Amino acid sequence: MKIKTITFILVLILTVGINFNLLANSEHSAVNTHKTEHETEVFNPGKMIMEHIGDSHEWHILSIGHKHISIPLPIILYSENTGIHLFLSNKLSHGQTFDGFKLQEDGKHKGKITEENGQNAQIYIPYDFSITKNVVSLLVSIFLLLFIFISIANKYKNNPKKAPKGIQSLLEPLIIFVRDDIAKASIGEKKYMKYLPFLLTIFFFVFINNLLGLVPIFPGGANLTGNIAVTMVLALFTFAITTFSGNKAYWVHIINAPGVPWWLKFPIPLMPVVELMGIFTKPFVLMVRLFANITAGHIVGLGFISLIFIFGEMSVGLGYGVSIVSIAFKIFLTVLELLVAFIQAYVFTLLSALYFGMATEEHH
Amino acid sequence: MELVTPSIGLLFWMLLSFSIVLYLLKKFAWSPIIKMLKERENSIEEALSAADKAREEMAKLHAENEKIIADANNERKKIIAEAYVQNHEIVSNSKAEAQEEADKIIQSARETIEYEKNLAIREIKHLLADLSIDVAKKVLERELNEESKQRDYIETVLNNMNLN
Repeated sequence: MKIKTITFILVLILTVGINFNLLANSEHSAVNTHKTEHETEVFNPGKMIMEHIGDSHEWHILSIGHKHISIPLPIILYSENTGIHLFLSNKLSHGQTFDGFKLQEDGKHKGKITEENGQNAQIYIPYDFSITKNVVSLLVSIFLLLFIFISIANKYKNNPKKAPKGIQSLLEPLIIFVRDDIAKASIGEKKYMKYLPFLLTIFFFVFINNLLGLVPIFPGGANLTGNIAVTMVLALFTFAITTFSGNKAYWVHIINAPGVPWWLKFPIPLMPVVELMGIFTKPFVLMVRLFANITAGHIVGLGFISLIFIFGEMSVGLGYGVSIVSIAFKIFLTVLELLVAFIQAYVFTLLSALYFGMATEEHH
Repeated sequence: MELVTPSIGLLFWMLLSFSIVLYLLKKFAWSPIIKMLKERENSIEEALSAADKAREEMAKLHAENEKIIADANNERKKIIAEAYVQNHEIVSNSKAEAQEEADKIIQSARETIEYEKNLAIREIKHLLADLSIDVAKKVLERELNEESKQRDYIETVLNNMNLN
């Protein structure tokens, strides 16, 4: 009963929050359209969705009318011409130029910071190491991870051999699940201990960030696991560990795959080339799968919300009418996304574990 | 295109912070958690096997107790049966003895009676002989005095004589 209520409230907060956030977000565009004197700014669902799933140099929280409330984030730039620059992103808001740097809002370099060289008016793109919205979200999730798991580790240390309590009992089944059903099952009894810390880390990292991505209000809402850079780093770790822990049998299998007719290996080494490509395609697929799943979920969800504003522009009444259906779909989708958050974390971890298992397998 | 192009900044921060978080979690979270889970599982397993052992032992003890009780019961039955037999023997023995004793006593009594009877008969014989002698003496004396008086006398003597 208690759990049911909590779940219900959570889902309600998630969905209503998303809607509120987007409503606030899109309000200015909607309001603008009703100011018939200009009729310039029309609600653009594509732009809105891309802004929400992409990265940003500031953390936009909400807009009331024309007033935008956002947190300025530090911008760190390395320019080949002028060296390192560090300043807050509000210096660049509304297309302002600061120290020759400008945040492009349109055109070829949309969303990027460019540097204008005074003499020949040439545009450079400096290396951008800014603490963007996604980096902040990353830091928040890391803080959460460290806080949760170090505190439960202390609980384990303080009362050993006792039944788990509180958050410990919530996460223990997941830890045991990763250990027994992912690591032990895919890598084998003898070697799984070596890979278990990494598998647990990626599982909970992906899971917690997927969940944070579903939370629409402040420290959540960044599309971190739906960002290709993040999934690339995760896949890179899996790739590096697989490659470095590959034993003799693994490499022999790649170069001289058993059970394959000799003419596929000589004179044209077709199979070795395919196998060699496989080393890279496996982590590549990991990277794309997580990115695409999470991003697609966000796009569909935002699409449902966009419907409200698209119809709202036609007529206000129609907008309200559609909102009922849209919100119903959005609630359904959010629940689905909760499931996807877990499944994607599971799949990423399971496939990583399978690759480690293949790399360390003794013989067939 | 922007969506699928990883930005260098995020790549850098992600690489750095994920490495750090991996190290920190491994050192301060996963190692103790995995160790403690293992220990707890081991201790639970041990406790379960100990309980199994104890249960087995209990069953064994119980069986032993049963056996002891059964043995004791058998012993009791045996003792009772023996006692019964002994009791019977004693009673019959003593009966036989008593009979024998009684027979002996009766025998000796009979013998005594026989002896006494013989003794009495002999005495009677003696007495009779004495009496006869006395009578004869007296008769002879009387005959010598008076015939008629002799006869009377004999008669009185005979009358007075107790023939018992």
